Amino acid sequence: MSKAVLMQGNEAAVEGAIAAGMRFFAGYPITPSTEIAEGSAARLPQEGGKFIQMEDELASIAAVLGASAAGMKAMTATSGPGFSLMQENLGYGAMAEIPCVIVDVQRAGPSTGLATSPAQADYMQAKWGTHGDHPVIAISPSSVLETYMLIIRAFNLAEKYRTPVIFLMDEIVGHMREGVELPNPNDLIINRRKMSFHDGANKQCYYVPEGQYVPAMKPFGQGERYNITGNAHDESGFPTNSNEIAGKLVGRLLDKVEKNVDDITRVDEYAMDDAETAIVCFGGTARAVMSAVLEARTAGKKVGMFRPVTVWPFPEKQLRARLPQLKNILMVEHNHGQMLLEVQRVAGREKPVCFLGRIDGTVISPQDILAKLSEMEENHHGE
Amino acid sequence: MASDLVHLYMRIDHLPQMWCPGCGNGVIMRDVAVAIQELIEDPELDFNREDFVIVSGIGCSSRAAGYLDFNSIHTTHGRAIAFATGIKFANPKLHVVVLTGDGDCSAIGGNHLIHAARRNMGLTVIAFNNDIYGMTGGQYSPTTPNGDKATTAPYGNVDRPFDIANLATGAGASFAARGDIYHARETIDIIKQAILHKGFSLVDVYSVCPTYYGRKNKKGDAVEMLKWQKEHLVPTARYYSMPESERADKKLIGILSYNDYPEYTDEYAKVIESCRKKDKK
Amino acid sequence: MSNRYEMRFAGSGGQGVILASVIFAEAAVISGLKTVQSQAYGPEARGGVSKAETILSREMIWYSKVTVPNFLLALTQASLNTYSKTLSEGAVVMIDDSLSIPENLDPTRVISIPILQTAKEKVGKAFTANIVAVGAINKALQLFEEKVLMEGVKRHIPVGTEEINKKALSAGADLITPEQTEAFRQRLG
Repeated sequence: MSKAVLMQGNEAAVEGAIAAGMRFFAGYPITPSTEIAEGSAARLPQEGGKFIQMEDELASIAAVLGASAAGMKAMTATSGPGFSLMQENLGYGAMAEIPCVIVDVQRAGPSTGLATSPAQADYMQAKWGTHGDHPVIAISPSSVLETYMLIIRAFNLAEKYRTPVIFLMDEIVGHMREGVELPNPNDLIINRRKMSFHDGANKQCYYVPEGQYVPAMKPFGQGERYNITGNAHDESGFPTNSNEIAGKLVGRLLDKVEKNVDDITRVDEYAMDDAETAIVCFGGTARAVMSAVLEARTAGKKVGMFRPVTVWPFPEKQLRARLPQLKNILMVEHNHGQMLLEVQRVAGREKPVCFLGRIDGTVISPQDILAKLSEMEENHHGE
Repeated sequence: MASDLVHLYMRIDHLPQMWCPGCGNGVIMRDVAVAIQELIEDPELDFNREDFVIVSGIGCSSRAAGYLDFNSIHTTHGRAIAFATGIKFANPKLHVVVLTGDGDCSAIGGNHLIHAARRNMGLTVIAFNNDIYGMTGGQYSPTTPNGDKATTAPYGNVDRPFDIANLATGAGASFAARGDIYHARETIDIIKQAILHKGFSLVDVYSVCPTYYGRKNKKGDAVEMLKWQKEHLVPTARYYSMPESERADKKLIGILSYNDYPEYTDEYAKVIESCRKKDKK
Repeated sequence: MSNRYEMRFAGSGGQGVILASVIFAEAAVISGLKTVQSQAYGPEARGGVSKAETILSREMIWYSKVTVPNFLLALTQASLNTYSKTLSEGAVVMIDDSLSIPENLDPTRVISIPILQTAKEKVGKAFTANIVAVGAINKALQLFEEKVLMEGVKRHIPVGTEEINKKALSAGADLITPEQTEAFRQRLG
């Protein structure tokens, strides 16, 4: 018998999070993410952890931030409508530098939309959904095993950079079951936030040494007294109206991610070495793209897949490095053209960028992609 | 005594506080600090300063968290009780005290108030109730009396008001009480009992906002408004010894409802325990 | 994609077609095959169209959705009418015998058996219809060893219901004649 187990994407999110040390979950039921709440309710108490079903998504993310401030690795999971409700406190988490993971299993929208159908139209919301300039890290898995592995990475990045990390799943991956062989827990790398206990030299809770970006976190409620606020604040954590201090603070928050972009961004490339056409995609869409690339290669076409795994910050450097070899780019995503804007920004006027999107709640098939590739070829010859 | 309190329990670098002259919020903040001090200093009890966490939302009231020298977290508008729920559930040994306002806890945060009460989450909520949104300049709140004026009720408030303590009672709070700023000693004692209470506790403390509510409604200055409290808000013993006819225009200062429902984090600890036992089997 | 064996299970919400689909995916995992299982359903827990899919392969399965199924189970007329339109050449279709075979469907590829009635009368519980179907499908297609299939079932049913589910599985298998097995047996990969 095989060591593999059949697991659903949403279930893998729970197991991966638990492996990462998640011991607190607060959430509100919403399709297609509900299995993550159900799984957490069943599994967390077995691990000595805690699950609470809150009254809404506003409360869910607030409870998660409270629990994280009190020292626990905490997570919530939702879908589009709930993700919209969480936006204000997502910004609070970024401003107050409270690590947590927010899972958004994307479904077709806008509004209630098609609750049980897949989409990837929260991509821009993940970046721009909360008000004000703020750092964003978002990761998007394309298989059940990757969901398990990447949610661990999401927690690691949240802890390392003291910021909420968005785990941008979609219904395709969330509700898909695959056989997976999970790694040995002892082989996993698990980060823990940098703590500072009574460090004497500088009691300021948001003090950051020159050349660094992330303050060590004082354990809240464990013997240190300090203030946490979403207002612009000085190094002591107290609100300030000083434009200079506020500017420096927001600048540092953005720098945390921008200056560490090489550590944070990851891409998955397939058959890109000699590719003349790059198909860019993320999340569950990669499944159809991989099938299409394999078939196109069989037909002798020089097509490869470029898949941002870290979807925010967009892996600009990696895509730019591929531009010289490419004739064109095809962006495939389940929305009306969101990551497309990032790809166009990077490609500039150098390379044409074509687009295949879907907004009706159905799934883009390999045949759709192959047809689009043929159409691109014809247009190219026609020129 | 008072200056001791300031030095011991307030972030003196950040004083004086930002509230308007005559505002009642400073009095409530002091009452909370005194209540905590008396609990910590009581040799019969085992309260540690480091176990207190002050949580606030947004609004005039919520600035109090920053002035109090404890673990403090100033959260988003309406969400203080939800943050506090996360903190308490994550670390049940903490004494989590929520400082909130009438708008913060009964309008934008009303849902969290009733659900924390229903769950009997072991929080202590102190509502700084001044009948108005002060921070934004005097708009009517869910506790502004019917007919009163506010910048968004220039012709008189059409809404009917909430009684926050009764609201909490209705939602199943295991401890709901009312205090004010005139009866400081009584209010301190009520806050102490609220913190001592194992489950969810709420104290609706009547504050005064002479700047926006008072002036707009011709209630006089802070002293006049305090006089009103003296005449209309009555501590428990005296309230119940009054003839029924005298109570008509008066409100009770004291505990309105009390019971010993099981506390949420205690109940969840049993869930963890039972799961672990099953694992061992 | 000749290596892919695509199965579609369709019915109305509450008939348990998703579980039937999951059980085949579980059996695949147990036997070391690659599999992807997914479903599409409406907002209703009961009633409404429910569709589940299992793909089996010896190689990595990329595209996770069924395109032209090699097998279709249909438990309602509406789902049969809809999904019988897209089938691979030589696809096998299993239906409850209360349904009528649409004109576009080659009747020689259809296994029409009393799934719902067997669950209700022979097994004694209407809710076991999906397990009856699982037993019948496996008997006809010869996808997995019986003990592997039973293990797949066991991993997805409540403790204490093993006996009734075992009974349902064999009642389903009994609905298939040796001739049908001979005609519809699959050889994966």
